[in-house]
Amino acid sequence: MSAVLNASHTPPPPAAPLHQVSPGLWQLAWRRLKRDKVGIVSLVVVIFFLLMMVGSYTGLVAKNWSKEVGVSYANPSFMAGAENLEAVRTKADANAPKIEPVDLSDIDPLAPRYAEWAERTAKIKTTEVKRAESLAFGGDKWGRDVLQKAIKGAETSIFVGLFAALFATIIGTTLGAISGYMGGKVGDLLEWFYNIFTSIPYILLILAFAAVFASSPQLAAYKGVPMVVAILAFTGWTGIYRLVRSEYIKHASREYVKAAQAIGASDSRRMFVHILPNVSHVCLVQLSQHVVQFIKAEVILSYLGLGVPVDSVSWGTMLAEAQSELVIGKWWQLAAAGISMAILVTAFSMLTDSLRDALDPKIK
Amino acid sequence: MDNLLEVKNLNVKFRLDGNQIFEAVKGISFNVPKNSTVALVGESGSGKSVSAMSIVRLLPKETAIISPNSEISFEGRNLLKLPEQDMRNVRGKAISVIFQEPMSSLNPVFTVGDQIAEVLRLHTKMTRKQAWARAEELMHEVGIPNPKLRMNSFPHELSGGQQQRVMIAQAISCEPKLLIADEPTTALDVTIQKQILDLIANLQQRHSMSVLFITHDLAVVGEIADHIVVMQSGEIKEKGTAKAIFEAPTHPYTKALLSCRPSVLERPKRLPVIDDFLRPEGVNKENLVQRKRGYEPNDQIVLEVNNLSKKFMLKDGLFKKREVAAVKDASFKLARGKTLGLVGESGSGKTTVGLTLMRLHAASGGEVLFDGVDLLKLSEKDFLKYKRRIQIVFQNPYASLNPRFTVGQILLEPMKIHSIGVDDQERIGLAMALLKRVGLPDVSFYKYPHEFSGGQRQRIAIARCLTMKPDVLICDESVSALDVSVQAQVLNLLQDLQDEYKMSYIFISHDLAVVKYISDQVMVMSEGDVIEVANSDEIYLHPKQEYTKKLLGSIPKGWQETAAA
Repeated sequence: MSAVLNASHTPPPPAAPLHQVSPGLWQLAWRRLKRDKVGIVSLVVVIFFLLMMVGSYTGLVAKNWSKEVGVSYANPSFMAGAENLEAVRTKADANAPKIEPVDLSDIDPLAPRYAEWAERTAKIKTTEVKRAESLAFGGDKWGRDVLQKAIKGAETSIFVGLFAALFATIIGTTLGAISGYMGGKVGDLLEWFYNIFTSIPYILLILAFAAVFASSPQLAAYKGVPMVVAILAFTGWTGIYRLVRSEYIKHASREYVKAAQAIGASDSRRMFVHILPNVSHVCLVQLSQHVVQFIKAEVILSYLGLGVPVDSVSWGTMLAEAQSELVIGKWWQLAAAGISMAILVTAFSMLTDSLRDALDPKIK
Repeated sequence: MDNLLEVKNLNVKFRLDGNQIFEAVKGISFNVPKNSTVALVGESGSGKSVSAMSIVRLLPKETAIISPNSEISFEGRNLLKLPEQDMRNVRGKAISVIFQEPMSSLNPVFTVGDQIAEVLRLHTKMTRKQAWARAEELMHEVGIPNPKLRMNSFPHELSGGQQQRVMIAQAISCEPKLLIADEPTTALDVTIQKQILDLIANLQQRHSMSVLFITHDLAVVGEIADHIVVMQSGEIKEKGTAKAIFEAPTHPYTKALLSCRPSVLERPKRLPVIDDFLRPEGVNKENLVQRKRGYEPNDQIVLEVNNLSKKFMLKDGLFKKREVAAVKDASFKLARGKTLGLVGESGSGKTTVGLTLMRLHAASGGEVLFDGVDLLKLSEKDFLKYKRRIQIVFQNPYASLNPRFTVGQILLEPMKIHSIGVDDQERIGLAMALLKRVGLPDVSFYKYPHEFSGGQRQRIAIARCLTMKPDVLICDESVSALDVSVQAQVLNLLQDLQDEYKMSYIFISHDLAVVKYISDQVMVMSEGDVIEVANSDEIYLHPKQEYTKKLLGSIPKGWQETAAA
């Protein structure tokens, strides 16, 4: 069969223009990715989400997500006419005729000032905000726009997912490279370290890290999103470590590495200049897989109350709120967070698959 | 004579990615007569394996397109039009195949007995017991010692030659009328190769079957083929009886194939290459002048190795370790501008010698004197200075170049590490000059290794070593993975470079003919022992040791009048 393989590897070489750098493996990978329709659609979706994240971070969109612009549990605009008992009740509460308070002036020392205060209050002009009856995708309990919340929540979730995955990949790749390349005692040590991490159930490990980080006074300043990123990165590198290590073991004995040793290249040069570009596709695919995993993990953490602080919003906090809303039939917050997460996660997973196919040097 | 198999106008195309189509086989026709051996000879990419696989319809369905005008008629039936169900009965029963790599063709989790018996039970109505008994007979027939015991062995417990015998037993188990052997001996040592070739020839006679033998090596088929079909890039260049092909080849490509391969009997100054035969004026006569080889008494010695030994520790059981000596007390001298050939079968320790000299393996004992300095005792830092003076070219040109580096980066790296050249401008100049020297165009500098063929890649690997202007170049099976015509070009290049730079070579190979051609002195190794060291003519004409004689006796002789009779 060797001839079959050889045959498919040797198309007639096109005449290359003089002094033009030939397409590297990355360019070839990009060309392969471009032919993959699913991959391109996923890429577009992921880029859209990333742009949205940047937009919300810079305040271009969803700047006023925390403004209470609608009535409580405002209906989505496509079902504007539907009955909204909660809004009616809140309004009714606000407009309820004031019951004449019991006269306590004989015992209340502030009583003589009440009249003056009432006068001063009357002077301050208050403008009653006109609360909308319906919002694009409905409102939450306080009348905040769910669509804007979902966009703002995406910012937090994607930020956490991306950066946690990036750090986890850096940790995993560095340790994996050292362990796989060096082997011997260093390798054994790192293997034990890895075993300790994997012997603890994942969620418990996260909770343990969260508890330690939260109780440490030095780290208290970084509470919130940076801490979630750190927790996920410190607990999530193990899978990447394992894969990168095995790749390094395989590559360290390859002839091109031996050839580099023969010309006098140093250990670190062989590890990071020679081998790393050849295993980079593994790291990249792991990175994108972990983005998905960490977005989901952040949701779980926030749902459990260990994630982002209460004054910010993420898909996880939205889902946590949705729990009580669903009982009274207000499904749109759950739908907004759930659908946007599902779209991003699916697109990212499919992009990962396409990337893996495109970057695999064997499929050419 | 009746034909068992008639291939008419076979045309196979492959769909490459994108919308490209590659025509692998361009309308070939040939016949396999009953009870005879036909050899399909060609270099990689010639379409020989594709043709054979289309006979049994084992080409990948998604990418291979066989033209509707093609016809493969086997006993009067067109195999290309047969329904899949009938085809399955033909495969394995009437036509069976032996592949190149026995290690990957046998299933590692079943015993070899099971695997032979399985074929019998699939295609015949034998019971489990009958099949097992028949399998044992077959094991005996293909010459596996103690078949009763070996039936229960797993593939990894057998040697490469024995694995190939098991594959053959499997293939002949249902008494096929046609046996397709796809490079069955390429992965084996010469002595084993000879045994397998004899076995196939013997079985062909005894079972009166036909054999379609696919190989890149004309010398191998000279001894067993009745008819030869020579293929190149999907076309048949010449076909005829073995006698006609070997004694009076008409096509220049056949002529070239016959003479590219170094012979043990001759040593021309340069090997003829295919281009020589395609030129109207033919082979340059000057190049055919015989070259004198051998060490002279007043040769300057560059490298002296005394009692070099290398032991590996293997794990034995859970805690025990076992010591295996890969090289035992090897001593030799290398003269300036001369070549020392290292031959031996796989496992003889010849590659270990090369790697230990470069300190790519730590030696267990002995000394390597280079300019009077023992390289093995130097610190890593001191050794760096000597590293550039001893370089190595590896066997597999596909694996020894970093796929993510451009050729330019590959060539500049050693110069940067050893501070050769003042600045990058000068280094680029040097690299360009070297590319030219090894016969590659300037644009190669900007290309990646995957854009080159095997022979070109090996030139790049050689150029990388030349950037450091080494005194000693170790060639570890450097031409073994190349096609014969490309092999001749690379050997010529190595010879030219030696003449020009007065480099000394340590040429490691299992191919005795190539070693004889290029070496001044030859060292024969077996299982870590040095069997014999002598000037190359001396060793080939008057071998002293029994092992050397056996090794030399196994070299395929090519065409001989007696073999045909």
